[in-house]
Amino acid sequence: MSDEYENKSGYQAQSSEALTGSAGSTPDMDYVRPAELPEQDLYHGHTFLTKWVFCQDAKVIGVQYFLTAVFTGIVGLILSWLMRLQLGFPGLAGFITAEHYYQFVTMHGMIMVVYFLTALFLGGFGNYLIPLMVGARDMVFPYVNMLSFWMFFVAVAILMASFFVPGGPTGAGWTLYPPQTILEGTPGSGMGILLMLISLALFVIGFTMGGLNYMITVLQARTRGMTLMRMPLTVWGIFTATVLAMLAFPALLVSAIMMTLDKVIGTSFFMPTILKAGEVLEYGGGSPILFQHLFWFFGHPEVYIVALPAFGIVSDLISVHARKNIFGYRMMVWAIVGIGALSFFVWAHHMYVSGMNPWFGFFFATTTLIIAVPTAMKVYNWILTLWRGNIRINTVMLWCLGFIVTFVNGGITGIFLGNVSVDVPLSDTYFVVAHFHMVMGIAPVMVIMGAVYHWFPLITGRLLNETLGKWHFWATFLGAYSIYFPMHYLGFIGVPRRYYEMYDSPYMTSAVGMNEFISLAAFLVGAAQFILIFNIIKTLKTGKPAPKNPWKANSLEWHTSTQPPEHGNFGERLPVVHRWPYDFSVPGAKDDFIPQTTPPSEVVHTKVEKT
Amino acid sequence: MSDPKIDGFELKPGFRGMASDTGSDQTMFKGVHWGKAMMWIFLLSDTFVFSCFLIAYMKGRGSTPVEWPNPSEVFALEAFGVPVPLLLIALMTFVLITSSGTMALAVKYGYEKNRKMCGWLVLATAVGGLTFVGMQAYEWSKLIHEGVRPWENPFGAAQFGSFFFMITGFHGTHVSIGVIFLFIYAYKVFAGHYENGGKRGWFTTMKGDYVEIEILGLYWHFVDLVWVFIFAFFYLW
Repeated sequence: MSDEYENKSGYQAQSSEALTGSAGSTPDMDYVRPAELPEQDLYHGHTFLTKWVFCQDAKVIGVQYFLTAVFTGIVGLILSWLMRLQLGFPGLAGFITAEHYYQFVTMHGMIMVVYFLTALFLGGFGNYLIPLMVGARDMVFPYVNMLSFWMFFVAVAILMASFFVPGGPTGAGWTLYPPQTILEGTPGSGMGILLMLISLALFVIGFTMGGLNYMITVLQARTRGMTLMRMPLTVWGIFTATVLAMLAFPALLVSAIMMTLDKVIGTSFFMPTILKAGEVLEYGGGSPILFQHLFWFFGHPEVYIVALPAFGIVSDLISVHARKNIFGYRMMVWAIVGIGALSFFVWAHHMYVSGMNPWFGFFFATTTLIIAVPTAMKVYNWILTLWRGNIRINTVMLWCLGFIVTFVNGGITGIFLGNVSVDVPLSDTYFVVAHFHMVMGIAPVMVIMGAVYHWFPLITGRLLNETLGKWHFWATFLGAYSIYFPMHYLGFIGVPRRYYEMYDSPYMTSAVGMNEFISLAAFLVGAAQFILIFNIIKTLKTGKPAPKNPWKANSLEWHTSTQPPEHGNFGERLPVVHRWPYDFSVPGAKDDFIPQTTPPSEVVHTKVEKT
Repeated sequence: MSDPKIDGFELKPGFRGMASDTGSDQTMFKGVHWGKAMMWIFLLSDTFVFSCFLIAYMKGRGSTPVEWPNPSEVFALEAFGVPVPLLLIALMTFVLITSSGTMALAVKYGYEKNRKMCGWLVLATAVGGLTFVGMQAYEWSKLIHEGVRPWENPFGAAQFGSFFFMITGFHGTHVSIGVIFLFIYAYKVFAGHYENGGKRGWFTTMKGDYVEIEILGLYWHFVDLVWVFIFAFFYLW
C-alpha cells in the first residue's frame, strides 16, 4: 500500500498560550485550562481501500455500521412480513411451514435486538457522534475501531449464512432456551444454531473492541472545557449503554460458549436427563435454568443498551427543535446512570414462570418497579422541555413526540408485566409481544428515524424532503399503533405467542379479524419505510444543499470546520467549550442559540446561566 | 506513575473535590494513558466473563445429581511413589505468581529506561508463562489418560470434566495469548522500539512507549489473579 503516515502541521501540540488566545484580548472569565494531552496522531488513508473500506475514521466506520445494521434490519422486516402473512392469513402462503415460522420468529427477534438496534445505536450513532460531540479528532484507538466494524461484519455474514445451510437457521425462539434449542426436532438444530452461537460470540468480541473505544473517548479524550456535565445527553446515553454492554455481553458470550460445547462435544452444562421416544439421551445432570439466568443477565441490560441511547438522542432532538434548554439536565444524567445501574438487578422478571421461589420473584418485581421512577422522571422532563417551548413541528419533532407517546404506552404495560401476579397469566401471550415491541421496538426506532432526519444534513450536506418525511412519520406512527394496540387485547383474551396457527381454538372467533387487520397494518408500516429509502436516494441526487448548522444547534458536531466534517473533525484547532449544549432562547442574546464554543465575554449582557 | 501535575487544575479535598476532579474537563483519570485506561476497562469486562464461568461452575456443581469427584485424589501427582495431592498445581501456581513478579520488575526497569533489564525480565515472564502452559498441557493429558473427558469421567459427575476443561482451557488461552504478546514485546524492547520517542507500530502507526509494558503487565497480573480464583474453586473446594 502506498499510504504513508502524514502529520498535518496544524495537528501538532499547541502551546497553552496559543490555545487560550492572546493574553491581551481575552478576559479572565474566558479562561479554560490548557490542553493536558498532545494532539492525537491520525492515520490518513489515501487509497480507496484505506479510505472507504478499512477506514480508521470513526465517521466512516459509523456509516459502515449504520448501513450494515440497516441491511439486517430490512431482513428482519421481511421476516416479520412473512410471520404476519402466516398469522393473518393462515395457509395463504403455502411455503410457510411451522418450521419456517419458528425460524422467522427467532431470526426476526435476534436480528432486530442485537444486530439491528444495538449495532445501529452504539456502532452507528456512537461512532459518528461521540468524537464530534465531545470535541475529539477521532476515536482514541482508530485501528481497533476499524477491526470492531469488520468483526461485526463477519458476525452478520455468518448469521446470514445460516439461512442457507442444511436445515436452515435456528428456530428455537430468540431466547435460545435449552434443552430444545440443540435437540433434534427443533428447526435448525444442526448448523443453524451453531452459526447463530458463533455469530453472537464474534459480535461480542467485535463490540468489546468498539465499546472500549467509546468509553475511553468519552472519559479521556474530551476537548478543553468539555466537563462531564457539559456533554450532550446523546453522549451520556450512548456512554452508559456502552458500560452496560461491556458488563452484560460477557454473560452472553459465556452462555454461547457453553451451549456450543453442549452442542458440539456433548457436554451437559444446560442439559438435564432427557427421555426421547422412550430412550434416554446421552445428556444428563445439567441445568436449563442456569442458561436462563445467564441469558437474561445479558438480556435485560440489553433492553437498556437499546433504550438509553434513544433517551439521550431524543433529549437533544427535543431541546433543539423546541428551542428550549433541556429541563433538569442533571436529573436526566442521573436518571440515565440510575436506570443503567438498576438494569443489572431485574433480570429474573423474565423468568417468573420458570418455577422460581416466589420471594425471588417478589424481589425482582420490586426492583423492576423501582426502574419506573427514573424513567418517569425522564418522561416528565421531556414534556416540561416542550412546555412553553418554541416548538417547530417538523419531521424530527414529530418523531420525538411519537417516541414519547409510544414509550409511555409501552412503559405502562411494563408495569403490568413487572408484577408477578399479573405477569403469570399474561406470560407468553400477545400482551408481552405488544409490550416489548412498543417499548423497545417502535420507540427506539422512532428515535432512530428522528435522528436520521436530524443528522442527515451533517453527514451528507443535504436536507431530507420534509413532505415525504411527514408521510413517512404518519404512516409509521398510525400503522404501528394499529399493529400493537389490538395485540394487547389479543393478549388479554389469552392468545399465546409463538403459535404457528390457532386452528380451532376458542380464540378463533374474535381473534381472526383482528389478526387480519394487524397483518394488513404490518404490511403497510413495512412498506412505509421505503418512503425513507426513496427520500434518501432522491435527496442524495437532487436534494437542496443544507446550510451550515441548519437546525441552529449548539453542540459541537455542527460547529466543525466543514460540513460534512473531514477526517480530524475540527480543522486546525480543536474547539474550546464554555457551556452546555442547551443554551436556547436565552433572554438578551442576539440569536436564539448560543453555541458551546461561545466564550462568556461575548454574552455578558444576556441572562445566560453558568453551566 | 508518579503524580503528574496537571496545568491549571488543583485537587480540592473532600467529596466536592472528588466530584470536581471526576467531572472536570478533558480527562477523568488525570495523566492516565489511553491504552492503560482501556486495559483496565477491558479487564473489568473480562472479570465478568470469568465470574460468569465460575458462577456457572458453582451452580453446575451444586445442582448435579451425581457426586462430585474428590479433587485431592483426582489432581494428585506421584512423587517418588507417593501420591501427593495438588503437587503439580502448587508448582504451576508458583511459576505463574513468580512470572507476575518478573513482570512487575520489567515495568519498573522500563520506566527507568533500562532497555536490557526490561527486555530480559519480559522474556523471563514469557518463559514462566510458557512453563505454566506446558505444565497445564501435562495435567490435561494426564487426566485424559485417566479417562476424564468433557462429557464423562470415571470419578463422578460428568460436569466435573466439562467445567474443568472449559474454564482451565479458557484461562489457558488467556495465558497463551499473553505469552505470545510477551515474546513480541520482549523483541520490541530489545529492538529499541520504545527508545528515542518511540517507533511507529506495525498496523496502527501509533508511537511506542514503555507504558505498553505496563499495559501488558496489567493483563498478565489479571491472568494470574484469575488463576488464583480458579485454583481455589477447582482444587481447594
